[in-house]
Amino acid sequence: MSQADVAIQTVPVHSVGDHGPVHAPVMEERPFAIPSSKLVMWLFIISDACTFGAVLFAYGYLRNSAADWPRVFEPASIWNSLLMTFILVSTSLTVLLALKTAQAEDRAGAFRWTMITAAGGVLFMLLHIREWLSLIGQGARLFQNPWGAPMFGAVFFSITGLHMAHVLAGVIALTVVGLSYKAGRYAALHIEIWALYWHFVDLVWMFVVPLVYLLNMKR
Amino acid sequence: MGSTYFVYAAILVIAVVQVIVAITMGPSLWRMLVLAAIQAYLAVMFFMHLRDEKPSLRLALIPGTLFVLIMMNMIWADSFRLMVMKPFAK
Repeated sequence: MSQADVAIQTVPVHSVGDHGPVHAPVMEERPFAIPSSKLVMWLFIISDACTFGAVLFAYGYLRNSAADWPRVFEPASIWNSLLMTFILVSTSLTVLLALKTAQAEDRAGAFRWTMITAAGGVLFMLLHIREWLSLIGQGARLFQNPWGAPMFGAVFFSITGLHMAHVLAGVIALTVVGLSYKAGRYAALHIEIWALYWHFVDLVWMFVVPLVYLLNMKR
Repeated sequence: MGSTYFVYAAILVIAVVQVIVAITMGPSLWRMLVLAAIQAYLAVMFFMHLRDEKPSLRLALIPGTLFVLIMMNMIWADSFRLMVMKPFAK
């Protein structure tokens, strides 16, 4: 059990002050045995999961009710999405390595793995922007496209844009946390919390690829 | 870390299987969702270490989230109604 997992149990201290006995505050045991900052990240993750769920359900609604939903993704786009999956899942591994090295108090090692993770995130975004530019070059816009249902662009750019915004936020957060950890201002717990966020971004992508790319594959 | 590498490989293999299934058998929604759900389970339990946390945390997080996501399925009735009306048809 790590130090962070140890539940706080403070025994009430009784002392006699000028106005009678003084009672120190009694802290309740943590119900989940995790630090409150980690619990907050978990709560953010489940609320964000509902946000992505709502966006994907809205996409399903529009796709289901449109007569001419376009299936535009060429094999090149599919392989590109697979490459992006490989990069994102690999960064989930590198952020775990960052956490392991941080827990071993290897600050240089943890910083290195954190920066590798952030670099993977940047690479992921570059591949995604290339995908966007390719679709825009073919005529896709937010509310019109040459293939069919005009909402296709809004759906595609909204879902992938929301995900890319999360990746960008993760890259910035990991960079800040990595630098601060290296400087000794942050602890391994901070890397653990942002690693949770990063895994969640990875998890969302696991649903975006089949639902947005594979279901709209050109056949 | 041994199980982590195994899970990492498993998630990547499932991603490749997903693409192969979509190309060869057609991208069925249910096949895609089942494979994505397996990936998500592995990521949450092993990468995010939820399996190592207290059961009370799992109980606090998972059923509520699933409940909200399941309740979102109520939109399908209206979506199928619109299939007949085809509002975006040319």
